[in-house]
Amino acid sequence: MAATTQLPGSSAPDLRTAPSGRAGFAGAFRSELTKIRSVRSTYWTLIALVVVTIGIGTLACVGAVSRGNHHGPFFDATQRSLAGLILGQLIITVLGALTITSEYSTGMIRSSLTVQPRRGTLLAAKGAVFFLVSLVVGLIATFVSFFIGQAILSSQHLNVTLGDPNVLRAVIGGALFLAVCGMLAFGLGTLLRHTAGAITASIGLLFVLFVLINFLPSNWQNHVDKWIPFNAGSQIWSTIPPTGQPSMFSPWTGFAVFTAYAVIAIIAGAFVFLKRDA
Amino acid sequence: MIEARSLTKRYGDKVAVDDLSFSVEPGKITGFLGPNGAGKTTTMRLILGLDRPTKGTVTVHGKDFRQLAQPMREVGALLDAKAVHGGRSAYSHLLCLAQTNNLPAHRVGEVLELVGLSEVARKRSKGFSLGMGQRLGIAGALLGDPAILMFDEPVNGLDPEGILWIRNLMKALAAEGRTVFVSSHLMSEMENTADHLLVIGRGRLIADCTVAEFIARNSVQTVRVRTPQGDALRSAVALAGGHLAAVPDGAFVVQGLAPDQIGDLAFERGIRLHELAQAHASLEEAFMELTASSVEFHASTGVDGSGTGAAATGAGEPGPEGTAQPVTTGEVL
Repeated sequence: MAATTQLPGSSAPDLRTAPSGRAGFAGAFRSELTKIRSVRSTYWTLIALVVVTIGIGTLACVGAVSRGNHHGPFFDATQRSLAGLILGQLIITVLGALTITSEYSTGMIRSSLTVQPRRGTLLAAKGAVFFLVSLVVGLIATFVSFFIGQAILSSQHLNVTLGDPNVLRAVIGGALFLAVCGMLAFGLGTLLRHTAGAITASIGLLFVLFVLINFLPSNWQNHVDKWIPFNAGSQIWSTIPPTGQPSMFSPWTGFAVFTAYAVIAIIAGAFVFLKRDA
Repeated sequence: MIEARSLTKRYGDKVAVDDLSFSVEPGKITGFLGPNGAGKTTTMRLILGLDRPTKGTVTVHGKDFRQLAQPMREVGALLDAKAVHGGRSAYSHLLCLAQTNNLPAHRVGEVLELVGLSEVARKRSKGFSLGMGQRLGIAGALLGDPAILMFDEPVNGLDPEGILWIRNLMKALAAEGRTVFVSSHLMSEMENTADHLLVIGRGRLIADCTVAEFIARNSVQTVRVRTPQGDALRSAVALAGGHLAAVPDGAFVVQGLAPDQIGDLAFERGIRLHELAQAHASLEEAFMELTASSVEFHASTGVDGSGTGAAATGAGEPGPEGTAQPVTTGEVL
């Protein structure tokens, strides 16, 4: 490497920018977009998310078809094709946590806060970029899952179309569900500043709680069941009104409850992010 | 211009920075010296708003760092070369920094060229050597063409070529009228680069002066003498109020008298002198003397075994080029 010592000043660098030169949300947003695009872990996680979601959904539909069309009135063809979301939620959790915890594990946070010391702006931009990326990829995963699943189910005339009641809401809702799962992990990651801790906590909330609830006495279960994050959030990607399970929330109420969990995690994380030394 | 007033930072009941007040002026290199653990990095983190002071304030161009419209245009900082995501290429790393302050993307190529990393711009920084990492950090600091540059221990672990490069870069930046604030625990390094010194020990400011003043004020001036009549000179010096001591190479070191006084004294008594020279204490020694009482972790015994107790060996390794000045350590006493 040549030991150059000429300086930017001598060549009078052109730093003139847009009239509003203030480092604000727009710049932070572009920066975060560059960050998420420029590391390989983003691509690996998102590819895994799409492949797993579509793969499991496909398998679930193949399974349904193999049992013929003797399904009862509660067979939900949309929900069946979106079954991959059960594992997809865990994968998006990893990316949501990494988006913020990798800043701490690599030390990048010090560089990030030195160029943008207004922490609220940085965190908002980071959250917004992650939410949009996971929503877009989530939409790809749910729509592809849906179309492949319905094609398979059509052989036994079990399929539905996007025009059927609640179907479009459920397919888009599946992507929203994924994005909110990711945001929950993002909030926990901001709070804990530790990748493994944030992923463990998210999986605990989303998955382990959902399994554990089955060990409760049934009279307790009826009261607690609908509040479990997965049970509340997953109503958005089913199309059959929960008549079979009277204790569950309606799709949008459930989704609101689920979103509230994520919002609580993000508020707690933001509080720590703004107050604690970096 | 950086100004700190009564800046204090406590972590639990440990005081990292204790009531610091200083200002860092433009157009020169201000060296920020102190043994490891003295609070240099904490002070820099406080300036950048990474940590919140327990008490006191620090401003950059009269403002809290968080209030600067375009922080990168005002301050470029290299806190540590590891503050990057290793999975990102050098180019992407610098681009995402530049975008936060709406800096044009062509600046990234310019600073990469400036620090000599153009050829590895698309490589992930994970594989970079320490020197390359340091250059990447400096490229980030220079992106916004800032008026103030802050470097925390920039030469740590660098090879001689890298050290020379950074030294020249800092001099050139200061010559352009910029404020250069650089921390180090290597006194010899500061002696070669800094114009002004801020010395801290255990979080407290112990000196704020020019390099020359610092040495003059803090070091014991001695005179090196060579004579075949050591005993005669010893008594003569003692009568005149000085003190003479032998050093291993057969010469003597006199403390408390100037060279001309010693020369006259020898002439009057008919003592032959083969050598008579002023010995300049180096900054390293002055620093050790000053911070001896404020080093956080003392080595249990002085390496030279002189028993003065002032040999703060924990304070720093010898400089990369050693100290060229005549040595006057320990044996003086």
